[in-house]
Amino acid sequence: MFRNQYDTDVTTWSPTGRLFQVEYSMEAVKQGSAAIGLRSKTHVVLACVNKANSELSSHQKKIFKVDDHIGVAIAGLTADGRVLSRYMRSEAINHSFTYESPLPVGRLVVQLADKAQVCTQRSWKRPYGVGLLAFAIGSRSQAAKTYLERRFENFTNSSREDLIKDALIATRETLQGEKLKSSICTVSVVGVGEPFHILDQETVQQLIDTFELVTEEEPPAPEPASEPAAADQGGAEQGAGAEQGAAPDEGVAPMDI
Amino acid sequence: MTRKTSLTMESNQSNQHNSLLASEADSQRTLYPYVTGTSVVAIKYKDGILMASDMGGSYGSTLRYKSVERIKPVGKHSLLGASGEISDFQEILRYLDELILYDNMWDDGNSLGPKEVHSYLTRVMYNRRNKFNPLWNSLILGGVKNGHKYLGMVSMIGVNFEDDHVATGFGNHLARPILRDEWHENLSFEDGVKLLEKCMRVLLYRDRSAINKLQIAKITEEGVTVSQPYSLKTFWGFSAFQNPTVGAEGSWWVVVRWVRPNPDQKKLRRPPLLLPLILPPRSPQLAANLDA
Amino acid sequence: MTKQQANWSPYDNNGGSCVAIAGADYCVIAADTRMSSGYNILTREYSKICKLADKAVMASSGFQADVNALQKQLAAKHLTYQHQHNKQMSCPAMAQLLSNTLYYKRFFPYYAFNVLGGLDSEGKGCVFTYDAVGSYERVGYSSQGSGSTLIMPFLDNQLKSPSPLLLPAQDAVTPLSESEAVDLVKTVFASATERDIYTGDKLEIVVLNAGGIHREYMELRKD
Repeated sequence: MFRNQYDTDVTTWSPTGRLFQVEYSMEAVKQGSAAIGLRSKTHVVLACVNKANSELSSHQKKIFKVDDHIGVAIAGLTADGRVLSRYMRSEAINHSFTYESPLPVGRLVVQLADKAQVCTQRSWKRPYGVGLLAFAIGSRSQAAKTYLERRFENFTNSSREDLIKDALIATRETLQGEKLKSSICTVSVVGVGEPFHILDQETVQQLIDTFELVTEEEPPAPEPASEPAAADQGGAEQGAGAEQGAAPDEGVAPMDI
Repeated sequence: MTRKTSLTMESNQSNQHNSLLASEADSQRTLYPYVTGTSVVAIKYKDGILMASDMGGSYGSTLRYKSVERIKPVGKHSLLGASGEISDFQEILRYLDELILYDNMWDDGNSLGPKEVHSYLTRVMYNRRNKFNPLWNSLILGGVKNGHKYLGMVSMIGVNFEDDHVATGFGNHLARPILRDEWHENLSFEDGVKLLEKCMRVLLYRDRSAINKLQIAKITEEGVTVSQPYSLKTFWGFSAFQNPTVGAEGSWWVVVRWVRPNPDQKKLRRPPLLLPLILPPRSPQLAANLDA
Repeated sequence: MTKQQANWSPYDNNGGSCVAIAGADYCVIAADTRMSSGYNILTREYSKICKLADKAVMASSGFQADVNALQKQLAAKHLTYQHQHNKQMSCPAMAQLLSNTLYYKRFFPYYAFNVLGGLDSEGKGCVFTYDAVGSYERVGYSSQGSGSTLIMPFLDNQLKSPSPLLLPAQDAVTPLSESEAVDLVKTVFASATERDIYTGDKLEIVVLNAGGIHREYMELRKD
C-alpha cells in the first residue's frame, strides 16, 4: 500500500538520506501543467497551460491576482496554490493598510519561502505541493526552459507585445505538438502603468493569430472530440477572470476562485 | 509617562460581561502628561524639509529640562518632530528603531520612506486611542525619497494630514498664519531658516513654555542634519514688554511711594512718619502727589 | 502639579460638509476640503471624498481619524470582494457593507457622517445617507456634516422630492439635469460657507455617469 515506510511524515529521513514527502511535493509540481514567466524592463508576463481533469470538467484556474502589482502562476496541487494565493493576498492587503504603499514583491516571495520551509520541519505538516512563479515549471517545462534560455538575453528590452509572444511560444513548446489555442492557455500581464490582469480569451486568440504561432506548427494531431466543450467552459472563466482589471462583469462569478 | 489609574480593579470578575461599560462606570481614569515639549514647526522648501523646535521640557508650568532633543531622524529618509509628553515620544522612537531595524534586516534594497513611516505612526496613534490609552503627542513627520518631498502630521487621537507647512500646539495659532503669508514652494535653505526663526521668535515671545534654545533640522535627498542647539536674538525693549498693562482700561498701575503724611509736621521734631500710598493710575490725586 | 488639560476625549470634530444628488443617469457627490479642529484650520486641502468602487463614491465628515479608518476598512473589504467575485462591488452592495461596518462599532462608534453616491445596476443615480452607527436610507439627495443644517432645507426647497410615504413608491431621483445639479451643489456650498465656519476653502465635486468618473473643483471663501 505504501511505497515505503519512510514517507509517512516530513521529518523522517530514509536510510539513503532522502525526505520522501519533500520529493513527492516536488513531483507534484513536475506533473502539473506548465506555468511560465518572463520579464522585460517594464513588463512581466505570466502564462500557463490549462488542462481539464476530465472530459466533463473545466480546467482549474492557474493564475491569480495578488495585488495590482503582483500576480502568481502555479503548477502542481491547485488547492495548495489557492491557499498560498490567499495568504499572499492578505499579506498584500495588510501591508497597504499599515503603510499605504504596495508590498515589495521580493519581500512577499521571501515571506512565502519561509512559510513553505516551516512545513518541512513539522512532522504534522506536509510541504506544499505547488510551485509558484519561477521561470518555467510544471510538466514538459524543460522545452519551455530551453526556449527561454535561448532567448532570455533579449527580454530586457522587449516590448510588451514581444514578451507576450515569447510567453506564448514557450507555452507552445510544452504542448508537444498539440495545437496552441486560447482555450488551453492563460496569459496575464503586469507592467509600468498597467495593473496585473489576466487577458481575456479573445485577446489571447487574437494574439495567437497575429503572431501566426499556429502556422509554424506541423499539421496538428487530431483533436479529442470533447475538446470544444471544455474549451467553452474555459472560455467563460477566462472572460470573467480578465474582468478584474477591466469593467466588472455582471454575470455569475465562476466557482473556482 | 502618561498616567492611567483606576480606582477599582479593571477586571472586575463579577462584571466580566459588558466589561467596557462596567469599567467606564466604576473606574475613573486620569490621563495627563507629565513632562511636555511645546510647538514644533516644519516647512517644505526647495530641496526638502526644514523643521524647528525648542529644547524645553516643562513639568506643568515649571521649566524642568532644558536640553531635550525633540527632533530625531528616522531611517534614511525621514525626520520626526514631537510636542507633548516627552517619555511617550521616546517610546515612539523605540518603536521606530525596531521598525527600521527589521526593515534593514531584509537587506533587499527596499526601505520605508516618509509616507510609509507617517502611515505607520498614524496606525500606532489611532490604535492607542482606541484602547483609551493614548500616546500624548502631536507628531510631525517630514522627509524626502525618490525626489518626493513629504510633510505630514499626526495627533494623539490619530487625526492626520499632509500640508506644505505644519505646526503643533501654539504653533498652530502663532506660526501658521505667518507661514500662510510668507511660505512659497521655492524657498531657498537660507530663506526657509529665516522664516522658521521668525516663527520661533514669535513663539518665544508669546508662548510661556517656549525657551530660547532651539534646533533646526534639514532633510534632503542627501540626508539628515540636525543643528547644534542655538538661541535667537531677541529684543525685549518694546514698551508692551516693559510694562504690559500700563494704560489698559480697567487695569491698576500699582504705585508705591513713600510720602510724608503731613508736611506741616516737619516743625514737630519727630522723625518723619512714612506711609505707603497705593493709587490707581492717572488719578488726579496721584498726578499731583507724584509731581510734587 | 495642577492638571493642565481638559478631560481627554477620544473624539474630535474636524467639520466639513458633504452633499450628494442622484439623477436619472448620473450622481453628483461633493464636499469641501477644509479640515478644522476647534477654531484652528488644520489644512485647507483635505479631500473628504473617497472612491470605494467604480460606481460607489463616499463623502464623509466628522472625526477624521475615524473616517480614515473607515475608508481603509472598506477599501480592504472591497479588495477581498474583488478577489472572491472577480468584479467591482455595486453601489447598493457597498451601501449595505458601509452600514454593517458602522454598526459593527455600535458601542464605540466611528464618529463619521457619510453620504454614499453612485450608480445602481441599471445605471440610475443613487444616494445613501447614514448616521454614525449605520442606519441608512436610499434617497434622491442628501447632505451631512457641519453645514448640513444650512444645506438640507435648501435642497428640500429646491428639489421637492416625492414623499417616501406615497404608494406606489415613487422614484427618489431628482428631475434636474447633470449640469443643473452641479450648479445647485456649487450654490449650496457657497451659501453654507457664508455662515458655517467649518465649511470653506475649496469645493470638490465628483460626477458619476455612464461615461465614467469626473472631478472638478471650485474655490470657496477662505475666512
